[in-house]
Amino acid sequence: MASPLISPPLISLRGITKVYGEGPNAFQALKGVDLEIARGDFIAIMGASGSGKSTTMNILGCLDVPSGGEYLFHGHHVETLDRDQRALLRRKYFGFVFQGFNLLARTSALENVELPLVYRGDSRAERRDAAMEALDKVGLKDWWDHTPGELSGGQQQRVAIARAIVTRPEVLLADEPTGNLDSARSREIMELLTEFNAGGITVLMVTHEPDMAEFARTVVHFRDGLIERIDSNGHGERVAG
Amino acid sequence: MLGTIFLLALRSIQRHLLRSFLTVLGVVIGVAAVVTMVTLGNATTAAVQNQIASLGTNILQIRPGQGFGRGGGGPRPPNFEMADVTAIEQQIAGVKAAAPQVQSSGTAIFEGTNWSTTINGTTSAYFIVQPWPLAEGRGFTEAEEEAGKAVCIIGNTVRENLFRGGDAVGQRFRIRDISCDVVGILSKRGQAGFGGDQDDVVIMPIKTVQRRFTGNQDVSAILVGVDDAYSTEQVQSAISDLLRERRKLDGKEDNFNIFDTKQISDTMTGTTTLLTRIVAAVAAISLVVGGIGIMNIMLVSVTERTREIGIRLAIGAVSREVLLQFLVEAVVLSCIGGLIGLVLAQLAIALLSPLMQVPWTFDAQINIIAFAVSALIGVVFGYFPARRAANLNPIDALRHE
Ligand SMILES: Nc1ncnc2c1ncn2[C@@H]1O[C@H](COP(=O)(O)OP(=O)(O)O)[C@@H](O)[C@H]1O
Ligand SMILES: [Mg+2]
Repeated sequence: MASPLISPPLISLRGITKVYGEGPNAFQALKGVDLEIARGDFIAIMGASGSGKSTTMNILGCLDVPSGGEYLFHGHHVETLDRDQRALLRRKYFGFVFQGFNLLARTSALENVELPLVYRGDSRAERRDAAMEALDKVGLKDWWDHTPGELSGGQQQRVAIARAIVTRPEVLLADEPTGNLDSARSREIMELLTEFNAGGITVLMVTHEPDMAEFARTVVHFRDGLIERIDSNGHGERVAG
Repeated sequence: MLGTIFLLALRSIQRHLLRSFLTVLGVVIGVAAVVTMVTLGNATTAAVQNQIASLGTNILQIRPGQGFGRGGGGPRPPNFEMADVTAIEQQIAGVKAAAPQVQSSGTAIFEGTNWSTTINGTTSAYFIVQPWPLAEGRGFTEAEEEAGKAVCIIGNTVRENLFRGGDAVGQRFRIRDISCDVVGILSKRGQAGFGGDQDDVVIMPIKTVQRRFTGNQDVSAILVGVDDAYSTEQVQSAISDLLRERRKLDGKEDNFNIFDTKQISDTMTGTTTLLTRIVAAVAAISLVVGGIGIMNIMLVSVTERTREIGIRLAIGAVSREVLLQFLVEAVVLSCIGGLIGLVLAQLAIALLSPLMQVPWTFDAQINIIAFAVSALIGVVFGYFPARRAANLNPIDALRHE
């Protein structure tokens, strides 16, 4: 499917391994993962529980480092970066959405969305404008002053998505973003992800539900720490330039 | 960036108001205690020094008695006589003046106003021994002293209460069963820490008091002024030898005591200074305990907010920023605690000063030091929890329940 005319892959994993623990307790969660991700792709990662999906996502998002193998981002080795360098990379290129929303409690939706901009050093006014725009994109403009406790699960996840995209990241990583939501709410989330993907953001998503995987362009199946197979959903017409 | 982190810290304190308050309670109490204790202690020391300075230095006070720490058993030691006073003044080198004292008391009456006061019989030497200038009028003349005339010099309290602040010099009032002419008014001396109001006194020639009130020739105390050029110790021992001889104490113990006001002064200021230090040390310990309280609750806070830290790290906060956030939070907290403590201290001082009969004082230095220490406590005890927060692994932190 990948055409040689399109620029080199945004991300390439080569022989990535991950071992948790040491000595007799050591557990190999990834046994050599090879994966190329093109810019603008929408990838769903599926597989049984414990097959290494989250481990892969964490490595892709530079939250964790592999035990072996190479990770090239924009052609640069990032598996050798230190803790703070990876933090700066995340700040600039990645947005995260989690199963459990992970919003700051007792903090307004607006302040939650502003949070990543604080670390970028944006001014108050810039932060406010950008955060309101992001909230508008997820349809929660009127809810900006509500705290997570005052929002439904679906709304909280939309705030989390607004927080993830407010910095205009290149890659959006979502680990089971609909895991805690009913199917109607899940569809809303998937529609948002599809929309942002159409806007040029590369989306990587872990899901258990085939219905949700339907929204992706590419589906990667994991099994026992290895990629079992890669399917294409065949709606390639959605590829953005 | 630091401004933003400062705001973040304030927001976080605001979000956990009750916990923040409990966190800083130790610092509040510690700072309030230290500042109150040190300020009141210093004020007391200063007040004691002032009073003693107002009594005059280089003064020896001689009273009959068996010395400190002795029970009241046995016959009462005899009083002194005028001859003792004259002997001390004339025979001992370094004695500037010696003033006899006889005390009595009575109710003074003037135009229907009554006032109970102390009557002090002495001679003009009294005003040479100690500096106590007259505010108005004159002292006793030699003739008045010799004849034991009914004249008096009154203290400021008597003037205010008996004459209602009006003209007193030249007036005549009744005290016990005599009429007495006011010739002078003493300047205000203020409260004495020991012995009550020094201004509540009527001073008369000693002969008058002996003849009209006590009915004998006894002198109950002698005040001796020592020349600056002489050491009080030497003069004291010379007086002691003289009095032993005059009182025929060959081989027996002293039946009189000689107090050196400078010694009393040193002892008393030494005591108050020591007390201030001890109390301040105890208060300082409570400040350190307050710091440990901050560390304790900051550690709890870090654990409780592990997920928040995970979110911040995932979003791209570097370790230093998380460290700074928690450190600033601890410092802001302890500074707020310090400020509250300072305010409470001023209230406590305002409340306690009148009770302790010391003037209200504001000691800028101790306030600044206490505030700086509270900030320092924030840094020291906030660092460990902050470092723990900064070193968290983002994935583990995010997974934390
Ligand atoms: N921090 C960890 N320490 C030890 N083992 C881990 C850790 N994280 C994950 N694992 C193990 O690695 C395997 C893969 O985990 P994970 O990537 O979370 O799976 P998935 O997301 O596909 O369910 C699992 O068997 C899990 O128990
Ligand atoms: Mg998982």
